[in-house]
Amino acid sequence: MMSSDDRRRVGAASPGRVAGAVACAMIAGAVLAPAAARAETPLDYWWTHGSRAQSISHLLWFSTAVSILVIVIVSALLLGGIFRRRSLPAPDLPGQAAVARPHGGASWITIGVGITTVVLVFTTVWTFATLAHTGPQPGPAAVRLQITAHQWWWEVRYLSDKPSEEFTTANEIHIPVGQIVEVKLRGPDVIHSFWVPKLAGKTDVIPGQENQTWLQADREGVYRGQCGEYCGQQHAHMAFEVIASPPDAYAQWRQQQLQPAHATDATEPQSGEGLFTTRCGICHTVRGSRAGGILGPDLTHVMSRRTIAADTLPNTTGNLAAWIADPQHIKPGNRMPRLALSGEQLTLIRHYVETLK
Amino acid sequence: MTAAEYDRVPRLAVRDYASPLAEKLRHLWETKPGVIGWLASVDHKEIGLRYIVTAFIFLIVGGIEALIFRIQLSQPNLTVLTPEQYNELFTMHGATMILWYAFPILTGFSVYLQPLVIGTRDMAMPRLNAFTYWLFVLSGIYLYVGFALGAAPNAGWFNYVPYASKAFNPGLNIDFYALSNILLGISTTLGSLNFVVTILHMRAPGMSINRMPILSWGTLTISVGNLFAMPSVTLAFFLLYMDRQFGTHFYQQPTGQPLLWQHLFWMWGHPWVYVIVLPAISLVSDALPVLCRRPLVGYTAVALATVLTMVLGFGVWLHHMFATGLPGLALGFFSAVSIIIVIPSAVSAFAWLATIWTGQPVLNTAFHFFAGFIVVFVIGGVSGFMTGSVPVDWQLTDTYFVVAHIHYVLIGWNLFAVMGASYFWFPKVTGKLLDERLGRWNFWLMFVGFNVGFFPMHISGLLGMPRRIYTFPEGMGLDWLNLITTIGSYVFAFGFLLFLINIVLSLRHGVEAGPNPWDAATLEWTTPSPPPPYNYVVLPTLATREPLWETRLDEAPFHSDLGKGLPLDHGKEALATSTLDGQPEAILRMPEDSLMPLLLALALTLMFAGLIVKLWWLVIASLLIGLLFQLIWLWPRAQLAERRL
Repeated sequence: MMSSDDRRRVGAASPGRVAGAVACAMIAGAVLAPAAARAETPLDYWWTHGSRAQSISHLLWFSTAVSILVIVIVSALLLGGIFRRRSLPAPDLPGQAAVARPHGGASWITIGVGITTVVLVFTTVWTFATLAHTGPQPGPAAVRLQITAHQWWWEVRYLSDKPSEEFTTANEIHIPVGQIVEVKLRGPDVIHSFWVPKLAGKTDVIPGQENQTWLQADREGVYRGQCGEYCGQQHAHMAFEVIASPPDAYAQWRQQQLQPAHATDATEPQSGEGLFTTRCGICHTVRGSRAGGILGPDLTHVMSRRTIAADTLPNTTGNLAAWIADPQHIKPGNRMPRLALSGEQLTLIRHYVETLK
Repeated sequence: MTAAEYDRVPRLAVRDYASPLAEKLRHLWETKPGVIGWLASVDHKEIGLRYIVTAFIFLIVGGIEALIFRIQLSQPNLTVLTPEQYNELFTMHGATMILWYAFPILTGFSVYLQPLVIGTRDMAMPRLNAFTYWLFVLSGIYLYVGFALGAAPNAGWFNYVPYASKAFNPGLNIDFYALSNILLGISTTLGSLNFVVTILHMRAPGMSINRMPILSWGTLTISVGNLFAMPSVTLAFFLLYMDRQFGTHFYQQPTGQPLLWQHLFWMWGHPWVYVIVLPAISLVSDALPVLCRRPLVGYTAVALATVLTMVLGFGVWLHHMFATGLPGLALGFFSAVSIIIVIPSAVSAFAWLATIWTGQPVLNTAFHFFAGFIVVFVIGGVSGFMTGSVPVDWQLTDTYFVVAHIHYVLIGWNLFAVMGASYFWFPKVTGKLLDERLGRWNFWLMFVGFNVGFFPMHISGLLGMPRRIYTFPEGMGLDWLNLITTIGSYVFAFGFLLFLINIVLSLRHGVEAGPNPWDAATLEWTTPSPPPPYNYVVLPTLATREPLWETRLDEAPFHSDLGKGLPLDHGKEALATSTLDGQPEAILRMPEDSLMPLLLALALTLMFAGLIVKLWWLVIASLLIGLLFQLIWLWPRAQLAERRL
């Protein structure tokens, strides 16, 4: 057993001091980092932009505050318990510290657990209130979407009462600001999870059952979405964007998306469209052309999208060329094979794709 | 034998570990020399130590896997590993740590310590004990054979269908995982039965149930819990194997339900979280008071809180599935239980704090680990409280916040407690003290490395970093956080390496510990260090919870009798006592060493090898051989009949 001299020496041990400094830095970091990083963190849900996500954020702030407080209080009690001054009784065996059963310990449990219980019950009630508020869709939807999650991209179908006003796009969801958007989720392969952190929490996409969620954005902006359930090799690259714009801009976008692609010199097999139809059309659809595959994303207006490959790369000429040339290099394991294309064919196909505005 | 031979008039003997009685007992109980003797040993101390060493080996392997993939995640868009390699590594890491380290290490501590702390000579079923160990090792080898053959599971340790079904995972990888889990499940279930019987029926005379160490409460609680939880996961993996190999449709579309897997898995999976932490925190509840020079504050509350945690632990599994589209009522119920389950943990936490505050802590390495444990216990606890709230969990689930939480729970609640317990009981097991100076570096490097590595994961999670991604893009605010995490994980690993170095050095040059280096209060410290094969030369009789402190605390009207007791030397004998009061009931004849546990475990593993390659003749042959071994094992022998007292 150690004497009290040993104790003091232990308290001053250098690894202990380093640890204290690190702990302080960590707590400061924990509190400040989300705030400081606000600008460049598209997936953070500390700051959110829709009534649904915001009521969740408020509960998150509260439970985080409670948690930090608990950690601080317990650490203080622990350090106080270790280092508080004591009058040491004489050892009752040579070389051994005395044993005793001081009174007053049980009240720690009563008081501590009492306070804990009050906080927990309060949190539970708040949880129920938030659940009632954020779970069910609050009213009729202005926009209805059917989103199908594939390994590893998102198929987005805009539903309408008029079949002529329905269309399909991929990996980019446009919604009108301030309006309720209903999202039906379907999964033909494995489980994925639909998640737009700034607008709503996750809802899993499960084969054999149709889940539903809803979005509402309070202000214009581009919100990143991401698959939230491990779904295989390219789970990391299964993102999308939600673009919230004013209702009239949204209506304009929707009208534009309804248009078929402009026909080009499709009859010529060695033309861009001809090559696209034979080499790419098995999987991809371009409305208004003979390409009608359903395995990959609909590319009718691909050039209107900001990114390609499920928000993996910005949609630039260079990235598009690199993707068509070797998708397996960029996103190993994805379902688009590396096609044996000559440089000339590649250029023709890319030029054609670039017309799909 | 005649009926009279089953009766015996007990006599008392004096506790003297140098007496002829002790020599006789040593001869009766000792593991025979040689390889065969080693393989056949049923001594709980041998087996417990093997459990601990094997579990630490799995910890090291799982740790190396993590260190490899942390390099891949140290910066955005790295290509150190392919996506598939990453997925296999994180799956093996999770499976190894949760299934082949976290529970077996605690089983090891319990197998070693349980008979000692309750004052008996072995587990109730020593050969079953050996069998569960061999099966545990073989199931781990089975899994890693798959890894070595390039058929490592890649669907995460939670193994969700349909990704884990044949259509999306056509190799044998998931089958290796499913079958090794079933093997391990058999081991876990049988081991739990053994603990229940041992703790309820083999405590020393006078050790009524309210005088058991908290470790016995922890182990008893989780063993009963296992008996309810294990069938669920075994069934889950069996149905998966059927789906994959025979085309049944339990989980497969169109008639099967992917969610069935999640229910079956988490009905086991969440209780399992408590299974792999309750015995660890019980170790703290037993050892910490010794270092605070007082009995534990609130023994009854802590014991009941342990049981209550396990009971409530069966009502929270849905919180792994809050985002699966379940009805609001179910979400509300499971959310409430997931939040309320904090209460029993708070009981333990305040009991430790009060014990430290009102006691006189001795600041050695074991205490450092226990104090560090309390801090990470609380951090892991409050992050669990945060995820218990459904709407918040819709955001937090499947982000790095949960990765941080699970590591604070598993490393914090399990490994830190295990480390402290290792420093505390190492002298009992080996007779040598671990080096304090090296121990201090060991603690601080692990504590700082752990928090530097894992605390930033909370922030990565709040910034939206999803779990189980093999890489992440730039511009998400995650670059620095991941680099810090990687650095911290290496510091942490280095700290653990110092522990291994400390063990090697202390075994060679360590200070002799003597029977009771910490002046502890409980029975195991009355035996020599290391304890002889028979543990107790005479069985002690208890009158209080702290037999070695009772004269100094001077509270109870009666005193324990540790100086003399039943010698039970007519062969390998132990005492059966009553469940609640610990009244002597019968003299048990304990079985001799046997090769049958090992052989049966081998036959069973061979049968599972046949199942994976569908060699039906091998399955049937090994089944028949196994039955033969069981027959030899169970062959009735009159001299093994118990005697009435």
